[in-house]
Amino acid sequence: MKVLVAVKRVVDYNVKVRVRADETGIDLSGVKMSLNPFDEIAVEEAVRLKEKGLASEIIVVSIGDASCQESLRTALALGADRAIHVETSLETQPLGVAKTLKALVEKESPRLIILGKQAIDDDFNQTGQMLAGLLRWPQGTFISHLIRNGEEIEVTREVDGGLETLKMPLPAVVTTDLRLNEPRYATLPNIMKAKQKSLEVISAETLGVDLTPRLKTLKVVEPPPRKGGLMVANVDELLDKLQHEAKVI
Amino acid sequence: MPLLLIAEHDQSNLTASTLATLTAAKAFSAPVHVVVMGSSPEKAAEEAAFFKSVEKVWMIKDPRLAHPLAEDMTETLLDLAKGYDFILAPSTTFGKNLLPRLAALLDVALISDVIQIQDKNTFVRPIYAGNALATVTSNDPIKVITIRPTAFEKAQKGNSSAPFEACPFKESSSPLPIFVRMETSSSERPELTSASIVVSGGRGFQSKENFALLEALADKLGAAIGASRAAVDAGFVPNDYQVGQTGKAVAPTLYIAVGISGAIQHLAGMKDSKIIVAINKDPEAPIFQIADYGLVGDLFKILPELTAKIKKTA
Ligand SMILES: Cc1cc2nc3c(=O)[nH]c(=O)nc-3n(C[C@H](O)[C@H](O)[C@H](O)COP(=O)(O)OP(=O)(O)OC[C@H]3O[C@@H](n4cnc5c(N)ncnc54)[C@H](O)[C@@H]3O)c2cc1C
Repeated sequence: MKVLVAVKRVVDYNVKVRVRADETGIDLSGVKMSLNPFDEIAVEEAVRLKEKGLASEIIVVSIGDASCQESLRTALALGADRAIHVETSLETQPLGVAKTLKALVEKESPRLIILGKQAIDDDFNQTGQMLAGLLRWPQGTFISHLIRNGEEIEVTREVDGGLETLKMPLPAVVTTDLRLNEPRYATLPNIMKAKQKSLEVISAETLGVDLTPRLKTLKVVEPPPRKGGLMVANVDELLDKLQHEAKVI
Repeated sequence: MPLLLIAEHDQSNLTASTLATLTAAKAFSAPVHVVVMGSSPEKAAEEAAFFKSVEKVWMIKDPRLAHPLAEDMTETLLDLAKGYDFILAPSTTFGKNLLPRLAALLDVALISDVIQIQDKNTFVRPIYAGNALATVTSNDPIKVITIRPTAFEKAQKGNSSAPFEACPFKESSSPLPIFVRMETSSSERPELTSASIVVSGGRGFQSKENFALLEALADKLGAAIGASRAAVDAGFVPNDYQVGQTGKAVAPTLYIAVGISGAIQHLAGMKDSKIIVAINKDPEAPIFQIADYGLVGDLFKILPELTAKIKKTA
C-alpha cells in the first residue's frame, strides 16, 4: 500500500510573529521556518505503518516555491521514501492544493493519504476534506488513532463532544490531530541518507491544475492588544476585584 | 439571493454555535434559510423556525443521519447549495469537517473561522494562532463560510414561524465510513464554548486526581472546565476540554487559568475572554501579561482557599 503525505513549510510554532508595518502580511525575514507540526505527525504515522509492514512506500509532497524542498528533505529524513515538489510561485490556498494533490493521486494511486488537520500559519483546516471531496473518498478528520485492518482502517476522531470512532474502506483520506503520535527526531545518519533519496520537481502547469488563489488578502493587522498585567496580592483581593471592579461573580 | 445556514444540533436542540451563526447571518441582509439534517430533526427544525430572521427551514430526515457523515451530508446538500449566494455553518468540528468538502465540490474557496463580517464580500479571520487578523475577500460565485461562534452573540428566539419544506436525503454513491461509536465525556457542567465562566487547568496540576480542586471551583461558580494541551496530553482530562489554536475557542465573561503558562497556542483560544484571571507560581509566566488579574502562588494552596471563600452562585 502506497501512502501519500503532504507537507507544508511554516513559521516555527515557537516564533511570536510580527505583522509587517505596511499591513500586507507577516514579517518573514529572518524567521525560523519548520515543517508544520501536524504534517510532522502525518509523516510519523506513515513511517509507523511502514515499520509495521502495513505500508509499502511513503511519498511526500509539497507545493510552493523552492524552499519547500527543505521540508521535503526533513520528511525524507524522518522516513519518507521519495519526494515530489510541485513548483509554483503562486500563493497556495486549500482548494488549489487539494486539486494538485488529486492530480498526483491519479498518477501515483496511493491507498491512503495522510494530511495534517491544519497548517499553523493560515489555520485553514480545509485541505484534507477538500481532497477527499474531490476524490469522493471517505474522510477521517482530526484523528488521534489509526488502525489498518486489511482493506479497511479504523480511526478515532477528536470532535467537540468527545471521541468518534469510524471504520472506512481504503482508499481514504485522513487528517492528523496532535495526539495521534509523538514524532521522532531525525537522526544525523538519516539526514545524510535523505540527501540521496529521490526528490522529483514538477511544475504546477504540467499537472494542468489551476492554482490561482481564490481568496485575496486585503490587509493583515495585529489583534487589539489586551491590557493585562495587574497583580493582586492574595485571594481576598482577587475576590474583591472580581466582585466589585470587574463585577463578573 | 438567500443565504443557507447549515444547522448543527443534537437531534433535539440547535447548538449554541448555531445560534451564534444565526446572528452572523444577519450581516448579509439576505433572507435566511436554515437546513436541519437528522434522524429526528423535527424539534430542532421547529426551533429554527422561531427565529425572526429565518424565512424558511429545510428539513432532511433519514435514519442514516443519526450519526451524520460529511460524505452523505455533502451529496445531500450539493444541489440545494447551488441555489444560494452564501452558505454558513459554525466553525465547530461539525462545520470544519463538512464545509471544506462541500466547498470543494462547488469549486469555491471556504472562508473559515470568520470573526467579523465587514460586508457581504469582506471578512476578518484570525491567522497564526490569532497573532494576526487577516481581512479577506473572495470573488467566487458562492461564498462558503464558517463562523467562529465566540465572535457573535447567540440569536434570541422570536415567535415567528417560518414554513418548513422537506428535502430528500441523498446517499453518497461512493464508499462510506461506518459509524462505530461515540465516547462522550459526560458532564453536568455548562458546555465549554458557550459557558459564561470557564476555569482551566494546565500541567501545573500534576495529576488527574488533582483536577478535583478545579472541579470544586467549577461547581462553586457554575463554570465549565477547560484545559491546556499539556493537561490533555497527560491524560488529566478528555480531549474535548482543550482550549487553544487547535482546540476550542472560548470567550466567556470570566476565564480563570490555573497552572497554565500561557503559550501562544493556548492564548489563541481564550484571549477574547472578557476578564482573565491567572494563577501561577511563576511570576514570569507569559499568561500574566494578558491577565486582568494575576495571582502568583501555589495552586494547591490558592484553589482550596478561593473555592471556600466564593459564595455559591449556581
Ligand atoms: C501545533 C501546536 C498546537 C498546539 N495547540 C495547543 C492548543 O490548542 N492549546 C494549548 O493549550 N496548547 C497547544 N499547544 C501546546 C502549547 O505550545 C503549550 O505546550 C501548552 O499550552 C502548555 O501547557 P501548560 O501551560 O499547561 O504547560 P506548561 O507550559 O508546562 O506550564 C505549566 C505552568 O504551570 C505552572 N505551575 C506548575 N506548578 C504549579 C503550582 N503548584 N501552582 C501554580 N502554578 C504551577 C508553571 O509555572 C507553568 O507556568 C500546541 C502546540 C503545538 C506545537
